Amino acid sequence: MKRLMLGNEAAARGAYEAGATVAAAYPGTPSTEITENMAKYDGVYVEWSPNEKVALEVAIGGSLGGARSICSMKHVGLNVASDPLFTVSYTGVNGGLVLLVADDPGMHSSQNEQDSRHYARAAKVPMLEPSDSQECLDYVKQAFEISESFDCPVIVRLSTRISHSQSAVKTGERADYKLKDYNKDFTKYVMMPAMARKRHVEVEKRMLALQEYSETTDLNSIEWGSKKIGVITSGIAYQYAKEAFGDVSYLKIGMVYPLPDKLIAKFASEMETLYVVEELEPFFEDHIKKLGIKVTGKDLLPLMGELTAQLIKEKMLGVKQEVNEPLVDNVPVRPPVMCPGCPHRGMHYVLHKLKLTATGDIGCYTLGALPPTESIDTCICMGASIGTAHGMEKARGAEFAQKTVAVIGDSTFIHSGITSLIDVVYNKGNSTVLILDNSITAMTGFQPNPTTGYTIKGEVTRQVDLVKLAQAIGVERVRVANPFDIKEFEKIVKEETAAAEPSVIISKSPCALSKDVKFGGALKINQEKCKRCKQCLALGCPAIVNKGDFVETDEALCVGCMLCTIVCSFQAFEETGEKAGAKNG
Amino acid sequence: MRKMDKLSIMIVGVGGQGTLLASRILGVIAFKMNYDVKVSEVHGMSQRGGSVVTYVKYGPKIYSPLIEKGEADIILAFEKLEALRWTEYLKKDGMMIINEQEIDPLPVITGAAKYPSEIINTINRQYKNVFTLNALKIARECGNLKAVNIVLLGVMAAKTAIPKQIWDEAIRETVPAKVLNVNIEAFNAGYQAI
Ligand SMILES: Cc1ncc(C[n+]2csc(CCOP(=O)(O)OP(=O)(O)O)c2C)c(N)n1
Ligand code: SF4
Ligand code: SF4
Repeated sequence: MKRLMLGNEAAARGAYEAGATVAAAYPGTPSTEITENMAKYDGVYVEWSPNEKVALEVAIGGSLGGARSICSMKHVGLNVASDPLFTVSYTGVNGGLVLLVADDPGMHSSQNEQDSRHYARAAKVPMLEPSDSQECLDYVKQAFEISESFDCPVIVRLSTRISHSQSAVKTGERADYKLKDYNKDFTKYVMMPAMARKRHVEVEKRMLALQEYSETTDLNSIEWGSKKIGVITSGIAYQYAKEAFGDVSYLKIGMVYPLPDKLIAKFASEMETLYVVEELEPFFEDHIKKLGIKVTGKDLLPLMGELTAQLIKEKMLGVKQEVNEPLVDNVPVRPPVMCPGCPHRGMHYVLHKLKLTATGDIGCYTLGALPPTESIDTCICMGASIGTAHGMEKARGAEFAQKTVAVIGDSTFIHSGITSLIDVVYNKGNSTVLILDNSITAMTGFQPNPTTGYTIKGEVTRQVDLVKLAQAIGVERVRVANPFDIKEFEKIVKEETAAAEPSVIISKSPCALSKDVKFGGALKINQEKCKRCKQCLALGCPAIVNKGDFVETDEALCVGCMLCTIVCSFQAFEETGEKAGAKNG
Repeated sequence: MRKMDKLSIMIVGVGGQGTLLASRILGVIAFKMNYDVKVSEVHGMSQRGGSVVTYVKYGPKIYSPLIEKGEADIILAFEKLEALRWTEYLKKDGMMIINEQEIDPLPVITGAAKYPSEIINTINRQYKNVFTLNALKIARECGNLKAVNIVLLGVMAAKTAIPKQIWDEAIRETVPAKVLNVNIEAFNAGYQAI
């Protein structure tokens, strides 16, 4: 059967058809839907793990236990999972082990645009890269074969435009994969130095064998056209190149590591001019140049952001598309904003009001760094807020700590904040940590996590008790606060930052997108009562509209969370009696 | 009416307006007509009330899923400022269908920028094929503010030569059953709106 599928959906389908029975992941755009789609299949154990390292370890366990297993993550997730990756490269696998890693060129939803291909080389594991949804399915299946034939994990690299584009996919049947026997073997699975030294030899042998495989596999293929120009490319860049160059010759690389040196040399020898078209790093280009082959790539194309067909045409062929003149300059930008009714909004308002330094983290709440609240000072990586606050205190003294908070979401705290909180307590810090407990992983599209109370399959499970957890770590001051009660919230933040010891404030209120959240109706502003002080605009609620001379609410957006009624000193916000907009349907 | 054997359609709007569903329906329509199709979606960060754009391309063979400046045959704009932002992507003779709704972006809310005035007139000066309507009002009359996306598809259906029955099938296959009736009504209302 053929149907339209997202690349992520097709990748999941590939794992399913390959007979995979274990799938573990931590969400992260653009990889999230792989695991969400895996969860729709019967006969597969699927979990959201607390972080990518745990997810990979679960998948490794699945593999050693004899099952075909996958682990999905966004590019930065591989940083977190890299520790097990580098060593599972030595142990090899039992059942096939495939990592699906989604890069984000252009940083549509990421904090950096690292190129995962470097990991394949660094960890000495093969990497495949599909260029559309059909290949997502096919390559994942093939990755399992490679994993088992060469006894190694395999990475399939996706990118935003592959993961989040739909194209036609022909699906097949699920393979009847038999769980492999598990045989205890410490020489293979216990990586102490003596064993690891021997395994390293195997790794190097394997790389030579994979190199040979790369020369002959149909993952790497030549499309002959005019030999005036030859293009070496892969993944989404292949699609852009096809559109830009048309009828020239292509060496389409499906196995991006290890590269097929002989095939490249043969292709190059027949071309008048050779180009490499790749997004981000000159990964192919550097390698090809090392082979002594003359090639042009990043001299012309940028190291940053996404490629496009027009960009390639302009930079490599000197053909500029004629475009219309812009109609007006300076169209106001529209950055993402926290939803109307978001529980984080009141918290940001308070941090702004108290002029605190707030070391931040990654989640919807990072948006508070933007005007009007500008209440977040830093954002590095998941879990960084607490360690950063602690380090700042050690640099600037305890007094500074009394004007500092670490701000971290529940999912992020579970991901990698707990160990830093232990650090604060152990090393006698005074940090105040605000855990924003909306009991969901919201930023990436509402995935359950260990604070939620149910699993990815919707089964009820235990919820981490954040209060007890903080207490067990040794934090004696643990408070729970309601971020919609701004006045009380402010009082608690003042008390806890003033305290000369570590404290945790759990800001507890569900995400506005949660089904369980029932606000009243949309509000309107009584223009007689409104004094045009515009204090409410400091909330940055998209439903409060600044009309210049006056302020009104957008009743299609307002959900009636009542936060503005607390900020307004003149009781100007009133209920309309109408059902709230954003909740309709 | 333009030829329908190869189209590049952009759907632009504000995160949360239902642009994703609209692009999925268009993808299904092209697929039903047996074309090669690519639908490029946005997920994640950009959805939180930010500017969003999705692309639907179909034809005999589609490589890049992206539509670039000067390449769109049709732009469905779910919001006026977003229509203005993306006009450069329209072909000179391209068609634009604009929902007149205004949603202030954060810089306007904070007073750092002004919502441009006269947007429709500005666009009309340069492009001939522009249709505007208050899709929010029509959606509200149909009983669901969220049906703005389907109202706009209705307008597009009326302005293109794709058989109405294919639209109907695609909507039935894509829209959740419990809101299907409202959406069919919204589609018909859009179809008759201009
Ligand atoms: C290592 C890593 N994995 C995943 C992500 C993607 N990501 C960004 S924010 C986030 C979760 C945020 O959840 P939470 O902390 O609960 O905050 P919320 O969005 O719910 O407010 C995730 C998974 C990332 N940026 N880095
Ligand atoms: S998704 Fe939830 S947590 Fe994120 S901005 Fe919206 S309401 Fe806030
Ligand atoms: S206008 Fe007020 S009640 Fe409505 S969503 Fe915004 S803060 Fe909440």
